[in-house]
Amino acid sequence: MLLRLAPALTLIVLGAPIVLGLAWTVLPAFGYFPAIGGTGLTLEPWRVLFASPGFERALLLTLTTGIGTTVLALLAAVGFCAMTAHRPSVLRLRSALPPLLASPPSAMALGFAFVIMPSGWLVRLVSPWATGFDRPPIGLVTVQDPLGLSLIGGLLVKEVPYLVLMIFAASAQVPVGHTLAAARALGQRPATAWLKAVFPQIYPQIRLPVFAVLAFSLSVVDMALILAPGNPPPLAVLATRWFSNYDLSLYYPAAAAASLQLVLVVLGLLAWLAIERPIAVLGCRWIERGGRSQVTQGLTDAIGVTTVVLGGLGVIALAGMAIWSVAAAWRFPHALPDGWQLSLWRTHGDQIGTVVGTTAAIGLTAVTIAAILTLACLENEQRRSLRPGTTALWLLYLPLLVPQIAFLFGVQVVLIRLGLDGTTSAVVWVNLIFVLPYVFLSLADPFRALDPRYAASAAALGASRWRVFFAVKLPLLTRPILVACAVGFAVSVGQYLPTLFAGAGRIATLTTEAVTLSSGGDRRILGIYAVLQTGVPLLAYAAALWLPLMVFRRFRGLA
Amino acid sequence: MVRLTSAFAAIGLMLTALYPTAAKETRSWAEISAAARGQTVFFNAWAGDPQTNAFLGWVGDLASKRYGVRVEHAKLNDTAEAVTRVVAEKAAGRNSGGSVDLIWINGPNFLTMRNQGLLFGPFAEKLPNWHYVDTEKKPSNLVDFTVPVEGFGVPWRMAQVVFLYDEARTPPPTLPRSVPALLEWAKANPGRLTHPTVRDFLGATFLKQALYELTPDDEVLQSPAHDANFAEATAPLWAWYDALRPHLWREGREFPATGTAQIQLLNDGEISLAISFNPADAAVSIKKGTLPESSRVYVLDKGTIGNTSFVAIPYNAANKEGAMVVANLLLEPEVQAQAQDPKWIGSFMVLDLEKLPPDQRRLFDRPADAVGLPTNAELGTSLPEPHPSWMTRIVDEWERRYSN
Repeated sequence: MLLRLAPALTLIVLGAPIVLGLAWTVLPAFGYFPAIGGTGLTLEPWRVLFASPGFERALLLTLTTGIGTTVLALLAAVGFCAMTAHRPSVLRLRSALPPLLASPPSAMALGFAFVIMPSGWLVRLVSPWATGFDRPPIGLVTVQDPLGLSLIGGLLVKEVPYLVLMIFAASAQVPVGHTLAAARALGQRPATAWLKAVFPQIYPQIRLPVFAVLAFSLSVVDMALILAPGNPPPLAVLATRWFSNYDLSLYYPAAAAASLQLVLVVLGLLAWLAIERPIAVLGCRWIERGGRSQVTQGLTDAIGVTTVVLGGLGVIALAGMAIWSVAAAWRFPHALPDGWQLSLWRTHGDQIGTVVGTTAAIGLTAVTIAAILTLACLENEQRRSLRPGTTALWLLYLPLLVPQIAFLFGVQVVLIRLGLDGTTSAVVWVNLIFVLPYVFLSLADPFRALDPRYAASAAALGASRWRVFFAVKLPLLTRPILVACAVGFAVSVGQYLPTLFAGAGRIATLTTEAVTLSSGGDRRILGIYAVLQTGVPLLAYAAALWLPLMVFRRFRGLA
Repeated sequence: MVRLTSAFAAIGLMLTALYPTAAKETRSWAEISAAARGQTVFFNAWAGDPQTNAFLGWVGDLASKRYGVRVEHAKLNDTAEAVTRVVAEKAAGRNSGGSVDLIWINGPNFLTMRNQGLLFGPFAEKLPNWHYVDTEKKPSNLVDFTVPVEGFGVPWRMAQVVFLYDEARTPPPTLPRSVPALLEWAKANPGRLTHPTVRDFLGATFLKQALYELTPDDEVLQSPAHDANFAEATAPLWAWYDALRPHLWREGREFPATGTAQIQLLNDGEISLAISFNPADAAVSIKKGTLPESSRVYVLDKGTIGNTSFVAIPYNAANKEGAMVVANLLLEPEVQAQAQDPKWIGSFMVLDLEKLPPDQRRLFDRPADAVGLPTNAELGTSLPEPHPSWMTRIVDEWERRYSN
């Protein structure tokens, strides 16, 4: 009975702030915002938006970087997984996944920029002995390039590991070993075998994560601020810039830009779905035709290697930030710091303990609630044989589709009305709005893909539905559940604006501290926070990847 | 876009004439400080600088020890965050018991809050330490961006435009000491000069500083800009900037997002000159270790723009009395002297040395070990900020010309 209420409960807890948050985005886009004097409806905000200098290029940049990142991220993740199918030693590279996943996007962007910029680590490594540079070269454009390539690179470093993780998690539901063996027996090369026989079974399970990547890449702000060109910037940055302007009248075009952002994401998803079908048809033909082409093997290997190099850059970026945190001074063209210090760690260490505690407590609470609600909704859906998509649960994804800053104003108004702003529960609640969709989309497909025969056999043996749920489904889903929780936890740790708005600036987490300090620009202090911001969720990922191995040592297939 | 923004600006200016009715503080200081005891003040302040954060922490300890007022630093990335919060509270109908008690606020944010009736006051002259404030030689303590403060804000630190450089890399005799010389210098050192994006306060200030020296009559900057005077006054600025831009870092296509990002570029050696609003920036950065020991500041021969940072209290603040006690504490000679020390934040004081008792004047003696700290004589003339409409229009015009 309680279970039947789960979707309703989820929608009540999260729906109200989401709907109101959206209303406060869409209404000001049409001129309605009484708090600053806008009481009529008008199209003026849209006119201002379309007429703003560089608008077309901003729009184009958003589309190319967003869609480009998604396509490349999927290719890279698939290429990597196909390559690991015949080079098990590459699987060991899996240990590089957790730090890449756990690092907050802004810290990764800073580290990535430091690696590739003209005064950055790569140039320093070859200067001056090979290049002759004793000062950074002029005219070398690597960061904030007009095409947004450095942004795509930075996004890929974050998004490819996420998709790889989702493919690993989904693989638990597919008899990968047997399928590969069968395809190999038919004479397919290993990578091709994986592509032809395994991937088609996995793709439906990772479609939602791909959508999340698309939405994130189209609306990313924190990485874009560091890596994207600023003149004009992508649309989401433009909206953020206007939202945080002292000229409150810019709130209207900002809301219009945020609404347009929402439209873009929705159109992007629809376009993806539309292209999926023809590609599936072509793919089927390719698979059915058989053949043992060498080309595919070579191509997947090339993509796989590129992906490994990109991941390597990500690890180097994080290492660079870690070194900065103990550097006294580190000037061009030195490949290593000129001196070392631990004093900044000591000064900041005193305050950091409590902050880490608060961050972990908020994240754990939000993730626990999100996991329980998600499982309850999914179990309810399965018991009542509802088709996914027919419920109103799609509303939960909205927070991922709208730029946060647009959405949060309305949320803040709700919290103030309830007298909850500035409390820890408010911060958990608002974090939940962003954590739940990630937990849901990480877990939904594996849950739905679970072979129903397990539950049927258990039921035939006389187990009650609850017993089936706890004794059969949960253990079988241990890995996806833990992975979903780790993803959710990392999302919670990385939240800046939601924590700031709901906490009325009174609740300090690692990320709020890091972002405020980042405007101070001292790379050494940013390095300290990058290490901590990566370290805390890293523990969660490590737990998610290794706990199943420990717990289910006796049942190999589960781990 | 330009026309529309100027329309908004015009509306803003009309509003300044008819400020919403404000609640003047009428109680005695004894009553106020008695009511403040036991309050917790949420001080919303930009928190990008660890030194400033430590200083505000020290002020908080002092407030609690002396006046029984607890201070919580609500750390902001951008002052507009606090402004938005007050707007959200107003939208939700919370006209008292607001969550923001005290804001560290700069010109345009201050003007916005004032125009929207979001500030409490006038209260500044009620503060016992107000009589130390320099109201003659530091006119920006009373007039923020040509707009009278009228007791709605309390000054607490001074700012003046300086340029940072590394003495070891750029010998002082080669420095450009006027705006036209800056262009010649950039031609000779391509890619080694930039400014923060004009959307940043400091970036807009770079343009205003150039305008001061290039415009035929700088008096015009003290009254609002309008269609009739803007084009003529700024024509030499755009001619100069058109010539300058190709020689800037990244050929003037990209700009650092903030002043501190620009200083990072200076430390990385990508650029050789950087604009700053804190005359003690070289001294403080050397102490912090973010710039080399050989870093120095200098000003242009014809003077540079100066202004004052204020603290203000939102109209719906829950702890107005405590906020006033903290604002008063910020004006204590002892606190101002601490702020001026480069080991802390090195910000120049808002007080009048001559109004202080002799024993307290000594607190402001120049520290013997200060490296990179300019003397008052070296800072030269401080020019008053132009009317805010100039900044708005310059930024819009820059966007129109260069961002597409």
